[in-house]
Amino acid sequence: MKLQVIVTLKKDVLDPQGSAIKNSLSNMGFKNIESLRQGKTFEIIVKEKDEKVALSKAKDMCEKLLANLTIEDYSVKAIKE
Amino acid sequence: MKASVIVFPGSNCDRDVKISLEKFGIKTSMVWHADTKLPKSDLVVLPGGFSYGDYLRCGSIASKSKIMKEVMIHSKKGALVMGICNGFQVLVESQLLPGVLIRNINLKFICKNVTVKVTNNKTNFTSKTKRNSVIEIPIAHNEGNYFASKDIINELEDNNQIVLQYCDASGNITEQSNPNGSIKNIAGIVNKRGNVFGLMPHPERASDELLGGMDGSLIFKSLK
Repeated sequence: MKLQVIVTLKKDVLDPQGSAIKNSLSNMGFKNIESLRQGKTFEIIVKEKDEKVALSKAKDMCEKLLANLTIEDYSVKAIKE
Repeated sequence: MKASVIVFPGSNCDRDVKISLEKFGIKTSMVWHADTKLPKSDLVVLPGGFSYGDYLRCGSIASKSKIMKEVMIHSKKGALVMGICNGFQVLVESQLLPGVLIRNINLKFICKNVTVKVTNNKTNFTSKTKRNSVIEIPIAHNEGNYFASKDIINELEDNNQIVLQYCDASGNITEQSNPNGSIKNIAGIVNKRGNVFGLMPHPERASDELLGGMDGSLIFKSLK
């Protein structure tokens, strides 16, 4: 089963990279961008047929390594192919 | 006193810190990250560098290495742990210290001498310094911007856990003297118990006249 994990900075954490990317896009002519936050995605393939079990494993991975919960939030979902 | 310096793939200040420790009379052994036993040590040093190429988040992968389990046990006994630069990042990722070190506010790698104020000299790591004295030590990092929730910052202040703060040459803690955006100009903290110390400046790079300064040696002298 293929899983997608998205890790983003929490709302109250400054994202200087996101701000720099937003400024660059504005300079390129992409107007009206209100906000831009950058993050990370992980695609994980696990040997597991039960979606609930797979998602709970992915959450455990997030809490133990993939995300730093002091500054980051995460979301997990299964990808159907 | 005996010290162990942990070597991760990508550590690059491990030998420098060994030279500094030995210069001040601390017998030092190097310990590979995949080892499962820590030699008998009074102090564990997590050195600077770029463990695992800074992949995922600085220090995150190193914080899960086998030897870190031993380092946790060592710290729980109340024995000393010092993390310098990348070592500080490993300490926050392993939750031996609170907070996190994020990208410098100006998005630049900063390598220069800075002045820091010793806010707390009553620690095992700063006992040979004077309270509120200003020392000059180099920094060299891309992710040294200390961040934590308001509650944690309040707790750090209430328990005198803030040890070093970036300041100007006269010891004023100002926005201009903050190189990386750290909350409260934090350059170094200890845990509540006072046995785990993390700092972004590199004392080993200021512990020989040949390197242009000796202020870092005060930290190594304090360790006795």
